[in-house]
Amino acid sequence: MPDITRDEVAHLADLARIDLSDAELDHLAPQLAVILDSIRSISEVAAEDIPPTSHPMPLTNVFREDLPRPCLTAEEALSGAPQVEEQRFAVPRILGEDA
Amino acid sequence: MSHPIRRTAAELADALAAGETTSVELTEAHLARIDAVDVEVHAFLHVDRAGALEQARESDERRAAGRSVGPLDGVPVAVKDVLTTKGLPTTCGSRILENWVPPYDATVVTRLRQAGLPILGKTNMDEFAMGSSTEHSAYGPTRNPWDLDRIPGGSGGGSAAAVAAFEAPFAIGTDTGGSIRQPGAVTGTVGVKPTYGGVSRYGLVALANSLDQAGPVTRTILDAALLHEVIGGHDPLDSTSIDQPVPPLVEAARQGAAGDMKGLRVGVVKELTGEGYQPGVQARFDEAVQLLVDAGAAVVEVSCPHFVHALAAYYLILPSEASSNLAKFDAMRYGLRVYPEGIADPNAEEVMRATRDAGFGDEVKRRIILGTYALSSGYYDAYYGQAQKVRTLISRDFAAAFEAADVLVSPTAPTTAFKLGEKLDDPVAMYLNDIATIPANLAGVPGLSLPSGLAEEDGLPAGFQILAPAMADDRLYRVGAALEAALLDRWGGPLLDSAPALAETPKEAVR
Repeated sequence: MPDITRDEVAHLADLARIDLSDAELDHLAPQLAVILDSIRSISEVAAEDIPPTSHPMPLTNVFREDLPRPCLTAEEALSGAPQVEEQRFAVPRILGEDA
Repeated sequence: MSHPIRRTAAELADALAAGETTSVELTEAHLARIDAVDVEVHAFLHVDRAGALEQARESDERRAAGRSVGPLDGVPVAVKDVLTTKGLPTTCGSRILENWVPPYDATVVTRLRQAGLPILGKTNMDEFAMGSSTEHSAYGPTRNPWDLDRIPGGSGGGSAAAVAAFEAPFAIGTDTGGSIRQPGAVTGTVGVKPTYGGVSRYGLVALANSLDQAGPVTRTILDAALLHEVIGGHDPLDSTSIDQPVPPLVEAARQGAAGDMKGLRVGVVKELTGEGYQPGVQARFDEAVQLLVDAGAAVVEVSCPHFVHALAAYYLILPSEASSNLAKFDAMRYGLRVYPEGIADPNAEEVMRATRDAGFGDEVKRRIILGTYALSSGYYDAYYGQAQKVRTLISRDFAAAFEAADVLVSPTAPTTAFKLGEKLDDPVAMYLNDIATIPANLAGVPGLSLPSGLAEEDGLPAGFQILAPAMADDRLYRVGAALEAALLDRWGGPLLDSAPALAETPKEAVR
């Protein structure tokens, strides 16, 4: 597996929607390379026929009766919002200027 | 009666039942202790003085009317700041949730309230529970009451330090890779990670859904059993909650304290001892194993060959789950919103990027990027897919080991508490603290840490870990209580009695 480069870290940060500054990239990129190096051995451990585990307990779907039950009021749901307008979450524009 | 803050939760419960004290008195005593020492220790992010006293008054009224709701009614508790508390700030140690006041209680918190425990406040933690030292809290580190220049472990260093510094009789922690057990080890306290699904995760702000589990942080095994019984059991609001009764834990702890371990098979995990473990930690571990032998247990060595890959698997699975979980912090519905500099009319995505840069600390960024990498196409099979297979192999190792032994044991953490700052910018060195605790999370089995003594080279506490098969949490308490009794006998009193007295901040300087 290839080493992780500074450019790749910048790309991943972009995918994860985190604005990293140049200084942060300089700081984090080499650390991530070291972390990846330390976990690289994983690719050689398990054989093809080993089933993956996504969850520690054997689980099947859990259903409940589809009945109304108490839930948050609109005021409660909006209580932590950075900005509220007409009992709704107010957000910045979602489209680009050319859209 | 000795000073209430030095007594165990079980003793406080008995004193309340006997009418020797009141919940208000106990709650005030702990609030006063917080005032006196928390400037230095910094175990709490938020202290709910008024709320705790109000809950204490209600408890006293119930008791006076003969309507106490359980054995712990009136005994105060602290809660890690990763569990939502209605009306009380919940920050997860992150700037992105600064001042967030959730509109609902976590199920664990609901159960504490239903059982009548006044909530003293919210304890410090590594940001979103990512860390082993509590230094990754955005609000500054917690300090180890044994040595204020050292880490209290993490991520639940706040809960462990609060209990070790007698600021709370006990507390709630959460354990994703050792965040209850490792802080327990380095602060000379007891911590239990229940079987995955044994305690509801509803309202536990998720770090890694398939690994997270809340549990008790205490000074004694019996206290842990009492608290575990309050918070455990099925919850329809968590679809991964186990729909079976919690085994009788308090009974197991009382039975174990009698000390008869005849017929018990104790498995020492070969891969979790020896090389890489500090000599004093290893020595206390070996002595503790001998105490179990003296009590009648048989010791076998077991091998779990895939445990050596547990750390690598964990540091792929955890960041993958965490990067997905933390995607919800988008600056739109709750939490921080930061507008980017130099953009006149930023769009939602630009605001999200700026907010996440400002709101997340280094370790959170590292793990989100790592998770994004591990889940990206081209690497998914090589990393995340492989890690999931290793998880299967680790579960198989446990299954085989539990054929040969009833419980498995190891040192909880490879070293005693290290100095603040020592590993802050060396993530891999930091991750190695959890080498012995992580396998349990990957397999979902329960684990307990209790103090095994002080390492002679630095005079700091070491931890002894006990692991049991899934749903056999009672074994942890039975064996833990037996070992605790033998150790107390040897020490002539609790290990925390050897901790240095903390300097108290004069009253005038607080508030």
